[in-house]
Amino acid sequence: MQAPTPRWSGPGYTRIPYAIYTDTAVSRQEQERIFRGPTWNYLCLDAELPEPGCYRTTHVGDAPVVVVRDDDGEIYAFENRCAHRGALIALEKSGRAPSFQCVYHAWSYNRQGDLRGVAFEKGVKGQGGMPETFCKQEHGPRKLRVAVYCGLVFGSFSDDVPPIEEYLGEEICARIERVMHKPVKVIGRFTQALPNNWKLYMENVKDSYHASLLHLFFTTFELNRLSQKGGVIVDESGGHHVSFSMIDGAAAADTSYREQGLRSDTDRYRLKDPGVLEGFQEFDDGVTLQILSVFPGFVLQQIQNCLAVRQLVPTGQDKSELHWTYLGYADDTPAQQKARLKQLNLVGPAGFISMEDGAVGGFVQRGIAGADDHEAVVEMGGDSVSSSEGRATETSVRGFWKAYRTHMESPA
Amino acid sequence: MIDLLALCAFNAAYAHAIDNDQLEKWPDFFTEDCLYRITSADNEREGLPAGIVYADSRAMLQDRIAALREANIYERQSYRHLLGMPVLQTADSDTATACTPFMVARIMLHGETRLFATGEYRDRFVRTQGRLMLAERVAVCDSTVTDTLLALPL
Repeated sequence: MQAPTPRWSGPGYTRIPYAIYTDTAVSRQEQERIFRGPTWNYLCLDAELPEPGCYRTTHVGDAPVVVVRDDDGEIYAFENRCAHRGALIALEKSGRAPSFQCVYHAWSYNRQGDLRGVAFEKGVKGQGGMPETFCKQEHGPRKLRVAVYCGLVFGSFSDDVPPIEEYLGEEICARIERVMHKPVKVIGRFTQALPNNWKLYMENVKDSYHASLLHLFFTTFELNRLSQKGGVIVDESGGHHVSFSMIDGAAAADTSYREQGLRSDTDRYRLKDPGVLEGFQEFDDGVTLQILSVFPGFVLQQIQNCLAVRQLVPTGQDKSELHWTYLGYADDTPAQQKARLKQLNLVGPAGFISMEDGAVGGFVQRGIAGADDHEAVVEMGGDSVSSSEGRATETSVRGFWKAYRTHMESPA
Repeated sequence: MIDLLALCAFNAAYAHAIDNDQLEKWPDFFTEDCLYRITSADNEREGLPAGIVYADSRAMLQDRIAALREANIYERQSYRHLLGMPVLQTADSDTATACTPFMVARIMLHGETRLFATGEYRDRFVRTQGRLMLAERVAVCDSTVTDTLLALPL
């Protein structure tokens, strides 16, 4: 395969060639080496497939995928592509099915993705039909490996991907367990169409440096100041991260914003109805914010009582879709659910603290037009890709590029 | 009796306020303890209660406008609402329920005009001290996808 055009100006991760966000050859190679490579991709929640026959359709990179629970209680995933002509097998977003049948020529599949029926296989009145040599077992959509971890269903096209817990590493596992420690329920689903390459969104998620500078709402209400206690965890691969913060009384008197005259430090703005921020304590560790990402495109979010998973799906060179699934716990009281519904004003496409994230990737995508031979600077906190105590760092952004380059530069 | 014409006039004024950047007037179309929510037809069908906007008081609507004016960063943009004829479901002298279809185009600073949202308002109106107000407006979008971000209200 022809080498992709973007040139990295060093072995490290502090300079990102802009062509990496615009080059179509790169995009194609990402599909093969990352999304269909040895990675685990989020598919859905275990709770979304409560009974045998329940299915959902989703994507792993470009590839359409069906995820379904069979009678044995296990979850299976296979490409949503008929073995005959390649048409979609399942058209709905979700549903319940005893089996699947392609609408085009009625080839049918069981819930494990095995081809079971070929219409008119023996022909009609002795005419036509498939040759004797045609063997259904040799045809079918590609199957994914499936791993369910803490109620999160992941799939992989690769046979070489390590087991999910090894892939995530101990620290990331512990932080997933912290949120997914009891059964969850879906309370809403929304999709945000992002006008940018998928990587710009993942960098944004991992970028703890921007949070209190771009998102004024956060800062004003002291939900997220760089001077709060907190930190960034980057796993060994670099690809997964956790950014967290805890309320710190001492931070109230911190002057680092005021001294720099930053826009974020305005005190004119006060809520008339602070109900939007009123919550309840449900985690004993005092962590009020935890943003966790799993390479390549998964995010688990806890912002106070506001819980969600986000699945990022690339839909083109310069666009992607962010699928938000808003969560509560299955045992929430009505009052707890109400608090979550109100706090959810903070996130999503209209979120007080996340609407900017939907646009800022587009600002970069538009800004770098014509600058393919230039590069971004990712040097806050030096050049390390390790966990860090402060959050004025881009360490987990560099971690993303470490994992990215490992996948993209390893021989196919 | 609250009639169709009264609802049409109300909706026209509502859209006019948003589309002409009189956002500070928008909360005044609602009662003090109103419910305002933006969701999708899929969520409604499945009975999922969350919204991308969820306000259960007029003060929360005022806060949203204050946030849009003072806190949130987004490119300058405006809407053009086209509201259809309400389907009046129930009506008496002081209350009414109705559904009204909407189409909203978004016009960006640099000139791009795109159809941004279609759907219907599911409304509960009350008349207090002679004034028609929304006790509840759920903007149910036909699509689950929001382009880039939703800043201005629907």
